[in-house]
Amino acid sequence: MEKEQDKILNEVTSGDYKYGFYTDIDMETIPKGLNEDVVRLISAKKQEPEWMLEFRLKAYKAWQGKKMPQWAHLKIPEINYQDIIYYAAPKQKAGLSSLDEIDPELLETFNKLGIPLEEQKRLTGVAVDAVMDSISVKTTFKETLAELGIIFCSFSEAVREHPDLVKKYMGTVVPYTDNYFAALNSAVFSDGSFCYIPKGVRCPMELSTYFRINAANTGQFERTLIVAEDDSYLSYLEGCTAPMRDENQLHAAIVEIVAERNAEVKYSTVQNWYPGDKNGKGGIYNFVTKRGICKGENSKISWTQVETGSAITWKYPSCILKGHNSSGEFYSVAVTNNHQQADTGTKMIHMGKNTRSIIVSKGISAGKSQNSYRGLVKVLKNASNARNFSQCDSLLLGDKCGAHTFPYVEVDNQTGIVEHEATTSKIGEDQIFYCNQRGISTEDAIGLIVNGYAKEVLNKLPMEFAVEAQKLLQISLEGSVG
Amino acid sequence: MDKKTQTIKRFSKLFTDNSSRIENNSAGLINSYRGDAMKQFVELGIPDRKNESYRYTNLDPWFNADYKSYFVPGEEDFKAAENFECEVADLNSYDLVLLNGIPPRYNGTLDGLPEGIWVGSLVEAAEKYPDLVARHYGRYAQNGKDGLIPLNTALASDGIFVYIERGVTLTNPVQIINLVHSDRDMFVQHRNLIVVEDEAKLPMIVCDHALSPQKFLTNAVTEVYVGENAHFDILRVQNEHNNAAKLTHTFIHQEKNSYAVSNNITLHGGLIRNSTYHRLNGEGAGSNALGLYLTDRWQHVDNFVSIDHASPNCTSNQLFKGVLDDFATGAFNGRILVNREAQKTLAYQKNNTILLTDDARMDTKPQLEIYADDVKCSHGATVGQLDEDAMFYLRSRGINKDEARLMLMFGFAREVIEKISTEALKIRIDDLVLKRLRGELSRCATCSINCDK
Repeated sequence: MEKEQDKILNEVTSGDYKYGFYTDIDMETIPKGLNEDVVRLISAKKQEPEWMLEFRLKAYKAWQGKKMPQWAHLKIPEINYQDIIYYAAPKQKAGLSSLDEIDPELLETFNKLGIPLEEQKRLTGVAVDAVMDSISVKTTFKETLAELGIIFCSFSEAVREHPDLVKKYMGTVVPYTDNYFAALNSAVFSDGSFCYIPKGVRCPMELSTYFRINAANTGQFERTLIVAEDDSYLSYLEGCTAPMRDENQLHAAIVEIVAERNAEVKYSTVQNWYPGDKNGKGGIYNFVTKRGICKGENSKISWTQVETGSAITWKYPSCILKGHNSSGEFYSVAVTNNHQQADTGTKMIHMGKNTRSIIVSKGISAGKSQNSYRGLVKVLKNASNARNFSQCDSLLLGDKCGAHTFPYVEVDNQTGIVEHEATTSKIGEDQIFYCNQRGISTEDAIGLIVNGYAKEVLNKLPMEFAVEAQKLLQISLEGSVG
Repeated sequence: MDKKTQTIKRFSKLFTDNSSRIENNSAGLINSYRGDAMKQFVELGIPDRKNESYRYTNLDPWFNADYKSYFVPGEEDFKAAENFECEVADLNSYDLVLLNGIPPRYNGTLDGLPEGIWVGSLVEAAEKYPDLVARHYGRYAQNGKDGLIPLNTALASDGIFVYIERGVTLTNPVQIINLVHSDRDMFVQHRNLIVVEDEAKLPMIVCDHALSPQKFLTNAVTEVYVGENAHFDILRVQNEHNNAAKLTHTFIHQEKNSYAVSNNITLHGGLIRNSTYHRLNGEGAGSNALGLYLTDRWQHVDNFVSIDHASPNCTSNQLFKGVLDDFATGAFNGRILVNREAQKTLAYQKNNTILLTDDARMDTKPQLEIYADDVKCSHGATVGQLDEDAMFYLRSRGINKDEARLMLMFGFAREVIEKISTEALKIRIDDLVLKRLRGELSRCATCSINCDK
């Protein structure tokens, strides 16, 4: 039995990372290293206005004054920030208007990834902003969305065409002084997506960004800014993949969400960066700052994430509940296998009255991985009647992995009710026995149980994503019978 | 020079200036640890809020104050202790009074103590039973990040030593009464060692009191060894005034099939920090870490618990409950660490706090760190207020608001009290807690000295 399990485990864990291919296309890169000139060069390459360059330089100064955070339960090898290329872009002609002008290789890449850039594929009904290495390649359905007044474009385009909006909101949720990686990103970010939903508009389709790292030795630093005006609604998806490489690559992104009165934003991520091979070689370092602010009354921000990739994940999608009656949600499934490390969770800052938040985190560790939940629930003095419920469960598959929980609860108001629950266990032998007895193999039984375990979170994903996530979960875990 | 370095310098100087005085009052074995401990302290310093386990407790005002006395109390101080009486109704206990951290030296013979038990001064014990003390001293108090422990090792001159021989079981508890009393502000440090040999049973009570209104800072380290199949129970009742800070570090090392209970009941105190460590070193060991904190005014209480599951088949339980009133602040940091070898671990943790006012504040940080797969671990933490439905139920039966509130709070606290194994003590604590919740308790009823200033 044991041997058979090991065999299955080996088969699965040595199984190919499906998205590990590399596309050979013409790339424009700048030399390795980071200094003020590089920051200026990036800004110049993107033909940015003066205020943007100033912002970058301030961020760069702030970054120099900061130290790499050490508090996470992660073993991060020293990162040489001078050994990274901070700007890489697929060469393309300026001012693309139709799909035909895109490099066919590039198009092929995204087709291979299953990302529909061809607008003919209307059936899927998802508008996509595809970002390869540092640059937004193509945004689909732009015109359709524009009719409703929705702005959905690459970040650079937004800087050019909607400077007032960018100026007004950029850095208000995640200031460049926020943390080490946020400062780094603010200094060197190359592109990303910008989305603006005007007052009273319910976005008719799911908007999506697809991030792809392709070039070697580069870091990817993108930035997403989402603004939802009063009474609007948006569901946003994010996906990501990278080629298989022996060296580690850095990904440090920022996502900012602003939700005004009665607005609702759902942000879903399926994170599938290359996790490294089974010996822990290679893989992406995923250090991401994601934060949303419920600015207006009754607004709502919901984060859903399925984390299966990356060698190291350091990510805490958070909600600042400033408006009265606003609510924040965080649903997460984090799977680690082999030598992966994840330290992920959320922060819910209750500032307004009657604010509510819910946290559901499901960690699954297998192989030699370490999986941590780290969360903060903070109720400020004036946040009367705040309510939070957190549930963090961990499932251990294998005796060499670790599952950890580090919740912080800080309550400064007597009317607040904050509850936190966590459990850690392995799959019950009785559960497996029950399935075996009904003719379900141990292998399938585990898949079944894990899926059931993660269901609460998977249910929160939009349809297209839920299917993908479910498959991903199975691939990541099948055979990891402990 | 920043504040932290200044404090380190100050204590290093104190150590150098007074080392002969400390050492003359202590034993060679204990003195031999001082040098290294001081070096370690210089590296670590007094933990500040950047130290993850002191995140919610600010020790600065206590350590940057100037104390008139740091070391051995004078002769006259011992006399004051004689005035003190702490009676637990119907409780037959073997009492030992420590004044300002120094136990009386009378050769370990307490009245009526049965054969096989030795209770007395650690210094005396180190001279009388050097091998025994050497085997255990400094072995369990290990925390590479907390500078207060080496500070204690370097500066503490004495403390209590309790030894219970193999197979001896004690029914009535040994009661240690920690008094601080002085006409000058004092920094008190004492170091205790408790050895429970295989198959022995030792119940203990520790009462902390401040007798005079001066500013007191106590930093106490207690090391406990619990042998195979042995049973150890320690109940700490803390009742000091608002100008006193009490920092306790209790390290309980448990061998195979042993069982240990630690219970910290905090009724009063300016700043209380209890660090409790259980190390489950042998298979089948069980531990129970309990705590109850009832604070008001500007008091601050911080409970830090670390349960280290180092062996398989061990069970641990943590239950900490508290009620915070006025401007009181509370912190809880409970950690369960399950090592890779510790399969079949069961570990549970619970922390519930009630905030009575908008100015009270609670920070809680329950943690699980798990490296073994065949385990069942859980933790739960809540911060909230009294249950409105329960309140309504009581009110609708004609119970007035204050009384209903009191009943609910008492019921809430009772869950911890219930776990006290000595019946007489349970009744006594019930009484103390009830008085405390009524706001009537400012000192123990039988105490002749009014310390609530």
